[in-house]
Amino acid sequence: MPSQDGSLKAITANRLRDGVVVFLGADAAWVEAFADAALFAAADADAALAAAKAQAEGEQFGVDVYAFDVETENGVPVPVKMRERIRALGPSVRLDLGKQAAA
Amino acid sequence: MPLIEQGRVAEDSWSLIPDGEPVPNDRPAIISFERWQAERASFDGRNAKLGVRLKGGTLAGAVAADLDRFALVAVEFPKFRDGRGFSTARELRERYGYTGEIRAVGHVIPDQYQFLMRTGFTSVEAPEGTNVESWADALTEITVAFQPSLDDTQPLSLLRRRLGAG
Amino acid sequence: MNHIAPGARAGIYHYDEIDRRFVGERVEQFRKQVERRLAGELTEEEFKPIRLMNGLYLQLHAYMLRIAVPYGVMSAVQLRKLSEIGRKYDRGYGHFTTRQNLQYNWIKLEDTPAILNELADVDMHALQTSGNCVRNVTTDQFVGAAADEVVDGRVYAEILRQWTTLHPEFTYLPRKFKIAISGASSDRAAVRVHDVGLLARRNEAGEAGFTFYVGGGLGRSPFIGKLVREWVAEEDFVAYLEAILRVYNQYGRRDNIYKARIKILVHELGLDTFRQEVEEEFERLRGPKYRMAPEIVAEIRKHFAPPPFEELAERSDILERAKATDPAFANWVAVNVAEHRAPGYAIATISLKPPGGIPGDATCDQMDLIADLAERHSFGELRVSHVQNIVLAHVKQDELYDLWQQLDAAGLGTANAGLIGDIIACPGLDYCALANARSIPLAQAISARFADPIRQRTIGELGIKISGCINACGHHHIAAIGILGVDKKGTEFYQITVGGDPTLTTAIGDILGPAVTETEAVDAIEAIVEVYLANRTGEDERFVDTLKRVGHAPFKERIYAAD
Repeated sequence: MPSQDGSLKAITANRLRDGVVVFLGADAAWVEAFADAALFAAADADAALAAAKAQAEGEQFGVDVYAFDVETENGVPVPVKMRERIRALGPSVRLDLGKQAAA
Repeated sequence: MPLIEQGRVAEDSWSLIPDGEPVPNDRPAIISFERWQAERASFDGRNAKLGVRLKGGTLAGAVAADLDRFALVAVEFPKFRDGRGFSTARELRERYGYTGEIRAVGHVIPDQYQFLMRTGFTSVEAPEGTNVESWADALTEITVAFQPSLDDTQPLSLLRRRLGAG
Repeated sequence: MNHIAPGARAGIYHYDEIDRRFVGERVEQFRKQVERRLAGELTEEEFKPIRLMNGLYLQLHAYMLRIAVPYGVMSAVQLRKLSEIGRKYDRGYGHFTTRQNLQYNWIKLEDTPAILNELADVDMHALQTSGNCVRNVTTDQFVGAAADEVVDGRVYAEILRQWTTLHPEFTYLPRKFKIAISGASSDRAAVRVHDVGLLARRNEAGEAGFTFYVGGGLGRSPFIGKLVREWVAEEDFVAYLEAILRVYNQYGRRDNIYKARIKILVHELGLDTFRQEVEEEFERLRGPKYRMAPEIVAEIRKHFAPPPFEELAERSDILERAKATDPAFANWVAVNVAEHRAPGYAIATISLKPPGGIPGDATCDQMDLIADLAERHSFGELRVSHVQNIVLAHVKQDELYDLWQQLDAAGLGTANAGLIGDIIACPGLDYCALANARSIPLAQAISARFADPIRQRTIGELGIKISGCINACGHHHIAAIGILGVDKKGTEFYQITVGGDPTLTTAIGDILGPAVTETEAVDAIEAIVEVYLANRTGEDERFVDTLKRVGHAPFKERIYAAD
């Protein structure tokens, strides 16, 4: 699925009822860990995002649904931007909190 | 679209006449403020009630001089977040002494109903498919106010006071 | 909630039955609104302003709930409740903000009605801490205690709190609206960078009145508030504000969120036209309906009666002995303790800025301790300052040493109020959905670099303020040294400004040069400080004064010389 040029996308949202950061995983199911997020080639991301938005908003499941850039570092996918890195882990100043604490 | 008055769905005797269509002479009709400006002479001698619809950006002052010609002023909310209409209604009542019907049209939500009533609106054209119960609830949820409202000529007193009959 | 007998506590506005009923109804209303959102009856677009008006934001990791601390003043009982909520619904801590409020970072939407219910138990709420309405009115953190106070700002801030609560006309303004009041000769409330800044004063007859500044603000386009009216009598001040808000609500821009604040309206209309519009509205509103009768003011003032101060000697021997034996304490007194109007009392600032710490954060254990100390030493009352510290306003000088020892044992004894370590920082990209860069790590690195208390005192009064985006919640524009985080192609950079001033001689800082990386920023701050120390005429020449005298050049040369 990932394209050759490495421009990958993942899709994220906040769960409506508790605000927790979620990612779109395999089979259009939402997951809490970035490691389980599905990766899309840039060309496929728009359609996936539109579908995810319609589903999340239609079912009152998630809000602020958007796609973001992912790159691979040493074979492991990581978000390109600091914003999504922090969303995927938790505050960089409180390593005891957020998803990084549970890991 | 359901018309809400006093928290209940009410019969709407008015019809909004789109620009360019003939205005009926035998029943209450609402025309746009733009049409009023362009064709005002054509409404001289009209017997049936006339209403005017103000766009969001049209403030009370624009229509002030002609208020005696209108039995209804419809104030449009382009988006519910655009709160200019609250000031428009209040200016119509307090500054220009208008006593006719003021109707909120456009995008308004039940959560604003009490604010609408307190700034001088008398009716609301609610969006299609609205939950009518939410409008009724909105009038009774909060029974305390901290400012004087339109029907209240008392001074600020100790600021807070009970709304309604209480 | 009267933990301390009414006669023995300091002034806090206590709810009566009507206030209590109102807050209860408002919580119930929000509970139903949450239900309607979860059921899909309200769209997110419709729900968002509603939740914001109840202080609920959606941030990077979860919802953030901002609790209103009206004009920054609260009781020990209230703080204990905030701590309890922090443990029960959050992660054991809270963050004190530049609007003198407290916010939690890990809140669930579905818990919010229950939290608001618990707050209502202690006469608190989260109303109007966000949204395009009139926000929590702020004032001087030393109000009611400062030696230089002329008018008690709490009285008028409380009147405005009530008058703006669910104001039917002004709850959907073009943008948020912030009011600050200062009633002392030194402005500790930064009134000229607010939408409306009020200077409370007295005329020759001793009557209270207000000078109105309008259109100040930071953010993308910083403006200093303009003088709209020199004197508005006490009985007219609500009418005058109503006039300002009505002009703003009708004419403020709604086509562009970045141009929607009143500062842009005043700028675009021009001060004279704006003033004329306001004066016209004011003339009509001036009638009995909006008159602020002296009886009302007197009734509200009763809530803020001075606590039962003992008659004490001006000078405390116990304090002097303790200072002589404990230099660290003596340093704390010199830096964090301010003059009180009552003999034998003092105002103590509890710094929430330990070296390397997160500015404004307090753990629930710390909150409990501060609540205990407020009860023991300050008539059960405390304040949140807009520089994100806590103030115990009425401490006997005899008890300062005891107080400081307990604070110090809990990591709250840092002596840096107003010094370089007393950094304002917004939450930045670690928490905030709007941020472009992190603010906290830089604040931590700078405060750690300048941890030495002697070095800090040598440097003297020097404020550093950091914002993680152009919205400027960290007030960087008005800092002696301001830092703005920017994102350049995914990397965080920091732009340094110098020469800002938050007091009545308000000034917006100037950009010193190109943005630098985080590591470079810490070195650059140190370089700026060294240039200042090398150039100042003496210890009494503050950083901003040296900067005015020598200009930017020596600072620029030093920082950018290597490039």
